[in-house]
This record gives sequence, structure tokens and C-alpha cells, in this order.
Amino acid sequence: MSTNTAYYIPHKATWPVIGTVGLMTMLAGFANYLNGSSIGPTLMVIGLLVFIAMLIGWFTLQAKESESGMYNHEVGISYRHGMMWFIFSEIVFFAVFFGTLWYTRNLSVPWLGEGATKELLWPAFETAWPTNGPGKVGGDFEPMGAWGLPFLNTLILLTSGVTCTWAHHGLLAKNRDQLIKGLIATVALGFLFVVFQAIEYHEAYTDMGLTLGSGVYGSTFFMLTGFHGFHVCVGAIILSVVLFRSTQGHFKPENHFAFEAAAWYWHFVDVVWLGLFIFVYLM
Amino acid sequence: MSAVVDEHDHHADDHHDHGPAKGLLRWITTTNHKDIGTLYLLFALTMFFVGGAMAMVIRAELFEPGLQFVDPAFFNSMTTMHALVMVFGAVMPAFVGLANWQIPLMIGAADMALPRMNNMSFWMLVAGVLLLASTLFMEGGAPNGGWTLYPPLVLQPITVGKALPFAIFSVHLLGISSIMGAINIIATIFNMRAPSMKMMDMPLFVWTWLITAFLLIAVMPVFAGAVTMLLTDKFFHTSFFNAAGGGDPVLYEHIFWFFGHPEVYIMILPTFGVASTIIPVFARKPLFGYASMVWATASIAFLSFIVWAHHMFTVGMPIAGELYFMYATMIIAVPTGVKVFNWTATMWKGAMTFETPMLFSIAFVVLFTMGGFTGLMMSIAPSDFQYHDTYFIVAHFHYTLVPASVFILMAAGYFWLPKWTGHMYNEKIGQLHFWLSVISVNILFFPQHFLGLAGMPRRIPDYAVQFADWNMISSIGGFIFGASQLLFLYIVIDTIRGGTGEKVTDEVWEDASKHGLEWTLPSPVPYHTWTTPPTSVPTEHVLDLH
Repeated sequence: MSTNTAYYIPHKATWPVIGTVGLMTMLAGFANYLNGSSIGPTLMVIGLLVFIAMLIGWFTLQAKESESGMYNHEVGISYRHGMMWFIFSEIVFFAVFFGTLWYTRNLSVPWLGEGATKELLWPAFETAWPTNGPGKVGGDFEPMGAWGLPFLNTLILLTSGVTCTWAHHGLLAKNRDQLIKGLIATVALGFLFVVFQAIEYHEAYTDMGLTLGSGVYGSTFFMLTGFHGFHVCVGAIILSVVLFRSTQGHFKPENHFAFEAAAWYWHFVDVVWLGLFIFVYLM
Repeated sequence: MSAVVDEHDHHADDHHDHGPAKGLLRWITTTNHKDIGTLYLLFALTMFFVGGAMAMVIRAELFEPGLQFVDPAFFNSMTTMHALVMVFGAVMPAFVGLANWQIPLMIGAADMALPRMNNMSFWMLVAGVLLLASTLFMEGGAPNGGWTLYPPLVLQPITVGKALPFAIFSVHLLGISSIMGAINIIATIFNMRAPSMKMMDMPLFVWTWLITAFLLIAVMPVFAGAVTMLLTDKFFHTSFFNAAGGGDPVLYEHIFWFFGHPEVYIMILPTFGVASTIIPVFARKPLFGYASMVWATASIAFLSFIVWAHHMFTVGMPIAGELYFMYATMIIAVPTGVKVFNWTATMWKGAMTFETPMLFSIAFVVLFTMGGFTGLMMSIAPSDFQYHDTYFIVAHFHYTLVPASVFILMAAGYFWLPKWTGHMYNEKIGQLHFWLSVISVNILFFPQHFLGLAGMPRRIPDYAVQFADWNMISSIGGFIFGASQLLFLYIVIDTIRGGTGEKVTDEVWEDASKHGLEWTLPSPVPYHTWTTPPTSVPTEHVLDLH
């Protein structure tokens, strides 16, 4: 339990505005880059560096405050609310792309292959999935199968969920060794997943003709798996920080919000992958 | 929760009740809910005038048929930017500002649950609006494909120029800001309430904001996803909205309105909350039907997720879809009717007085109901084929936004400014502001119903001569309405600087302390409040439950 009974209210926060400036600079740079302006990439890098500095500074501050016992039980509840609803917003974000996949497969592609659309516009188009549409946008491609790397990645992520929970049990049982070993395994599996996904993408682009531009199949495939892969990276980085803090003796059985938040995030990423494996790869 | 500590307490116990820091840094680094509320409100007020200036350009151009002042592309930029600025820069931030000020005061909390994130939400909002505003100065001008950003129109080079990626990233930043703000509000309401305050003791403003916050978290990521697909369709060769690649532009409309319909309730539910707070005070009665108000708000929020395609009746949906969305939409009239009934019943046989906040609130009840009725008209799918994309819809949603949301924001300003500043506003100028506003807003928007029914399309800089008279009347109303708002600006500044000089009591309004915790605090409200939570909460507003 923390030493404080009072709800901690911080004053004079500087990191939020620094982070905002970083993010805004990065996005303004990205927009300039998309418009073909030469200053774009420079702005992006500067913004990204400022943003990363903010993350390091802010989380270091939070960790110090937490370890010095400044957060009471209620502060912990507020943080849990924060993380829970953040993950909820992420679920909604993924739901948009799952919904897009559903709408495309069940409504828009069938509509293109029937009635007046078929007769007047694209008589040669046969409804099928995968498809790159009646315009064969992006040229011929080979769809991604489920049973190679994707299945291996499924096993990897499921295993990492187990190792993460094993680490949590270690933390609760004050078994620091088990905590650290569990986290090392989780982080390693997470990055292994990313490596395998990079290999999968490389094969798609070089051998299979499957790109982000391969009609609506390529769009939904890369958008869903790409955003997921990005989230795996973020989750693995978060877990790495938690691992580092564990080696520094941080966290107690009754006070380890950062570990919990990272674990929730990791399980969320895990569950999204199961959805992807079923709806993108299998069906 | 128990007493509150600030970070200096660890070093020196005698240095407890410190005030705000000095200078500009106070505002940049503040984590105080009152400072952040003030920042939000001032920012929203500024954006209200920026968006209002754009509306004046629109009404000036439409004063007469023919092209007078601006070229058509700039006119379209003005309609697009007016909407984006008013929705994301003015109305939403203003309600977040009220939430920041009032929720902790009303539930007996020392501050918002996550003060640092609170600061970040505000600055993300500023960053988002800056990115959006920067497009005004770019080659090709600001986005001009309408605030809905429909593809394929918005992806055409001539429509976007260089603005599109900036507009999209602006939406991302505004989304992050809204989600962080909403998470903070939920955590505050669930976790920071005075122990003696049960959920069904909470003021209606707190209830409506809780539900609004859920809506925000559930739909802002949807908008972010939609515009992300616009971005990749434009710059990264995807085919989400391209039929040749197997996609469908109608999909964008579905996703957009799945966000967009809850979004309009995000702007109206807190409005309901403020009205339910003000009307009982000036009717000197408890709110009629407290529990039904809570349930009606929750019902409206739920229904908002299952009616989106009534914005798209003419897009070519299967007939079953048309019928479903028609009936589902009509059901919303039931909980909304409950609310209007309850406000009216609250005033029934009340000992009413008509100070400026009450005048705006009564005007809200009447004029919002009118906006609701035109909504009901348009929910009838076959009729909507006539109204779709005409000035009728423009009149409809402006009635639900201007004499509803904006009027209630004005009412909230008059109602709480004396509490916040300790100064009384000038009642005479306030009433003048009200009467000018309520008359001119009807001259401005009522004729637009006729224009729409006669077939004048929206979003055009020029029109057939038959529409000339009503357009001129509408523009005259618009200019009077716009000018009248300068009175509000004057009153806000004047009140902050001392107002009438009359020292307000802690209650400010007669017997207000029966209606809410905030009126039991000193006026002006000290920088830190409820460092120990109140032991009892007023139950007047829930009297019918006890």
C-alpha cells in the first residue's frame, strides 16, 4: 500500500504541452511530406523525437512518483479507468476496419456483380473473394494463406499471453525471477511476431503481387494487419519498459498499475489478432 | 476519497494552500480544473466568433442572387470550415469547459481525476484547430467538400488542393483530445464523487456528461478510422471507397454517420443537462421527473447508434433499410418528448422569475422543440427525398444547434459566471442580448424552411431569383444575430472585470444551494475547492425520488 492516504493532484505539468507540440509537428511534417514539400520529413523526425522525449520524461516522472508512494488506492482506480477506456477506444478503432471488411465482402462486392451495375458497367466481373475489384486495381495477386506464418504467429501471440500471465503470477507471489523471465519471454515473443509479420509482408510484396494497392482485398488486408502489427510493436515496447522497471526492483504485489496496464494492452492486442486470424486469413 | 495533497506537501506541511502560478506559464502548464475550464471556454468563445465570421461571409454572399463577394470555391471553403470550426472548435470545447469547471464542483471532487491528461486534452484541441486553420492560408485554400468530407468529391485534386492531409490530421488530434477529455470525465464521475453522493443523486448536468463521454469514446475513433481510409485512398493507393477496386464510397457515408449521428447528440445531451440545471432554480421547484430524465438521456444515447442512415435516405439503400432507419429514428421523439414534458412540468406552477439564464433556457425549450419537429418530418423517408440537401435540413440542424446548444451555452455563461468570478453581470444588457438573439435567430433560420421546401439546395453560392426575398431576410437576421453576440463578448469581459460592482452571495440565485453543491462554495470560487469532500449533498433536485 502507498504511504499516502490523500488523492495526489499534480501541479505545473510541462510534458503534456511538449508532447502536443511534438505530435503536431510530426503530423504537420507528414502532411507536408504527402503534399510533396521537402521540409516534411525533417519536421516529422523532429516532431517524433520531441514526442519520444515526452514519453520518456513523462513516464519516468510517473514511475518515480509511483515508487515513492505518492499514489493512493483511488489514484490507482483513476489510472485503471483511464487505461480501460483507452483500450475501449482502440477496440472501436479496430471495429471500423473489421466493419469495413464485413461491408465490403457482404455488400459492396456482391452489389458490383449483380443487377444494372453488372449489366451496364462491368459485365465481366464475377463476385468472389478475395478480389481487387472489377477494375483489377493493382494487377494480379495471390491471396495470403492462413496456415504458414500467420498460424505460427497465432501460436506465438497466444503463448506470449500465457507467459505474460505467468509473469503476473510471479509478481503477485513476490517471485522477482519468475516476473523477469516471464516478461523477457513475452517481449521476445512479441518482437518475434513482428519479425515474422515483416517476412510475411516481404513475401506478399515480392512474390505474391499482394500490396496495399491490390484493390479492396489488399487495402483491408494490410490496413487491418498493419495497424495490428503497429499495436504489437507498441505493446512490446511498453512491456520492455515494464521489464526494465522490474529489473530495477519496481512494482509490489499491491501496487503495479503499469504492469497491469501493459498486460491488459497485450491481451487486447492478442484478442484482436484472433479476430484477424479468423476473419482476414481463415474466412 | 479523502483529503487532497499537492506535491509540495512532501517537503513542507505549512505550505498548503498555494494559489495559481504567475504569468503565462500558469496557463500552459496548469492542471487545475478551473484554469483548464477557463481555457476551454475562452478558446470556444474565440472559435465561436471565428466560425461566426465565416457564417457572415456566407450570408453576405447569399444576400442577393449572383456572385458578389467571394468566388465559389472560397464560398464552399467557408461552409465547410464554418461547420468544422463550430462543431469541433466552439460547441464541443465549450461543453468540455463547462464540464471541467462544474463537474468537480457539483460532485464534491477536488479536481479532475487525471489532471495532467486534462491539460493535454486542451492543448491537443488547440493543435488540431491550428492544423485546420492553417489550411485557410494554403495553395488551393481550405477544404471545400463539406464538413462530411465525402469521397470521391473530397479526393478530387480541385476540391482539396493541399488541405486534405492537414484536415485529416486535425481530425485525429481533435479525436485524441476528445477521447482524453471523455476518459477524464468518466474517471472523475465514477471515482471522485463525494462518498455521500450516489449515482441517482448526481445533478443532471453530471449525468448527461457521463453519457456524452461514453458517446465520445465510442465514436471519435470511428471518425478517425474513416478519415484514415480517406488518407490512404488518396495517398497510398488503397481502394476502400473506390468501386473499381471493389470498394464503395457509400461505405464512407455509413462510417461517417455512425460517428456523425452520436456526434450531434454529443452536442445536445450536455445542453439538456444545463437546461435541467437552470430551469428548476428559476422555477423554484425541484426538477420534474429526475429519474425519467436520466433514462431518457441514456435512451437517446443508445438510439443514436442505430439510426445513422437517416442521413443517407437518398443514397440508394434497400427498402428494408429505409424503413428500419425511418422507424428507429422516429422512436427518438419519445425520450426527447419526455424531456420537453419534464422541463415544462418543472415550470408548471413554479414561482418563476425571468433572469437572462432562464430566458435563454425557455427559448431553448421552445426552439429546440421546433428543431425536433422538423427532424421528425425528415425522418419520414419518402418526405426526406424532397427535403434532402436543401435549406430545410440547414434550417433543421441550425435550430437544434443555435437556439438550442448555443443558447444554452449562453445561459450557462450567465448562470455560472457570477459564481466563478464573484461579480454580477449587467442584467439589462443581458436581457437586451437575449431579445436581440431570440428575435434575430428566428429571422435568420425560419425563412430557410421555406427556401428548402421550395427547393433551394444547400452549399451553393448562387441561386435562382425565386429564392431572393427569403434569402435577403435570412441574411438580415444573420447580421443582427452576429452583431448581437458582440454584446455577449462585452458582458463576459465586463463581468470578469467587475460587472455591476454588486457583490454576489455564495448562492448567487435565490435558494440555489438547494439545487447543487457548487452554490454552497464561496463566490468567487476559490482556486482549490473540496479538498475535503462535502458530508451531505443537496437532494432538492431529486426530491420526487425521496
